[in-house]
Amino acid sequence: MSNFLLDPIVITVALGAALLGMTAGALGTFAVLRGESLIGDTMSHAALPGVGLGFLLTGERSLPIMLAGAIVTGLAAALFSLYLSSLPRIKRDAAMGVALGLFFALGVVALSYAQKRPGAAAAGLESFLFGQAAATLRSDVWLLGGVAMLALGVVSVFWKQAKLITFDPDFAVAGGSDRRATEALITGLLAVAIVIGLQMVGVVLMSALVVAPAVAARQWTGSLTAMFWLAGAIGAGSAVSGALISAQSSGLATGPLVVLVATAVVVVSLVTTRQRVGRVEG
Amino acid sequence: MQVLFDDIGFAIVLTGILAAGSTALLGSFLVVRGQALLTDAISHGIVLGIAVTFLVAGVTTGPLQLLGAGAAGVMTVLLTEALSASGRVRRDAATGLVFPAMFALGILLLSLFARDVHVDPHTVLLGEIGYVWLDRVIIFGLSVPRSVAVLGAMSIVNVLFVAAFYERLSFAAFDEVQAGLRGMRPRALTIALLGLTSMTAVAALDAVGVVLFIAFAIVPAVVGLLVARRLSSVVLVALGTAAFAAVSGYWVAVALDLSIGGSMAAMTGIPLLLALTPVRRAWQMS
Repeated sequence: MSNFLLDPIVITVALGAALLGMTAGALGTFAVLRGESLIGDTMSHAALPGVGLGFLLTGERSLPIMLAGAIVTGLAAALFSLYLSSLPRIKRDAAMGVALGLFFALGVVALSYAQKRPGAAAAGLESFLFGQAAATLRSDVWLLGGVAMLALGVVSVFWKQAKLITFDPDFAVAGGSDRRATEALITGLLAVAIVIGLQMVGVVLMSALVVAPAVAARQWTGSLTAMFWLAGAIGAGSAVSGALISAQSSGLATGPLVVLVATAVVVVSLVTTRQRVGRVEG
Repeated sequence: MQVLFDDIGFAIVLTGILAAGSTALLGSFLVVRGQALLTDAISHGIVLGIAVTFLVAGVTTGPLQLLGAGAAGVMTVLLTEALSASGRVRRDAATGLVFPAMFALGILLLSLFARDVHVDPHTVLLGEIGYVWLDRVIIFGLSVPRSVAVLGAMSIVNVLFVAAFYERLSFAAFDEVQAGLRGMRPRALTIALLGLTSMTAVAALDAVGVVLFIAFAIVPAVVGLLVARRLSSVVLVALGTAAFAAVSGYWVAVALDLSIGGSMAAMTGIPLLLALTPVRRAWQMS
């Protein structure tokens, strides 16, 4: 066991998992408090065509390009669902379902096309479905770390605006904040949080890593700051345990393991804390 | 007749039409009721049901699997409702929590214990419609692909259900409170609708997998809502969209050598785009 933990590959995997779990968990706080948990589900499924397109463009497994593609298609799906729900008689959940279903279908088509290319198997495109921690490279960890730091840095700079828009959108506007800009920022950060976890957790289950830590943290605290960091810690813990179990037993996909650990934390939090801590405040 | 069922292309397209059509039929009512994303929860939840029925009873197909896995789909919805009713987790977060957890557990069980059977995680996610013609059963002296037989039976049940309860379904879709006051038992109707949706998802799994099921459940219904006003017309447009997607999707997939299930689901986007075009709006204005 001690040898296992000292293995450089295992350290790489654990470090990558910690970074993405922390970012996804912490940024999920805003999505959960704003009642937008399911838009993450749409965006994560919609990242699949972006991954496929990124691969087709470069013809090789280039994580930055694939993730950039994933962000583009994820945000495009979010915008498409916003447009659909603005139409008469189309409800918001149907609009999200349309975007999720169509973009994922296009992703499956793109992957089936990409897999005919030589080198596609090596690119491990399949691992983007359920996640494969073992596929993480040292260079990936640098990328994940950079993106995670950037996202957390942006949040700390715009903390006040993000807080206002989360709790009191109308007051935020009255106070001079640009509501649309801040909402776009938060949605953009959610997309980033989802996309950096894709390789390890997979498109199908990534949204759960955004939702579960925040829900668990919410049971323990009513302070936004505390919830943000606690969710980050729970996300990191879940991702690292899932990744380590998966890396140790070959063949097990990482995504399901990570999600089950995070869900277990939610269950324990719900059972241990008897009442929800009062309403969330800054 | 047998010649027809021996044709691989025919078997695949027929499976696609039955899967897409029976899904779109029930999906229309869920979408109109504002419960579109329940299909997302259901289709993921049934995976745990499929894993459990396989581990407990050793079945990967047949009526026992339909009922067992179908029950898991309804359970996903009930569990989500109970969690959000506890007041400690909001509705959307409860949804985003329960079905991924059930799905994750199902996938884990399948990859631990069922790697070699055809219910492996990959098939569950995406379906293997290209191979449905291999697995056959004898019905009325005809050798038919099993998925055609199962989905055919499921389609008949769904059509009978909608025909028998059409008035109640449409009433409950628009005014559940009134429906309750009139003794139409909207809650029982909802559970029945969710149960059939779950069983349809299980039946369609070999063909389209859990995620593409969502496209067939929601996109055709939204096309219907965009172009039609009466509920019956919405349902008919949805069925037309589903059939078009299955046929054209197969054609495109074969021509370009792409994933058949993915292509069928993606083709529901063509009627959607047509329904959104300015040409149609101009026509409607005149």
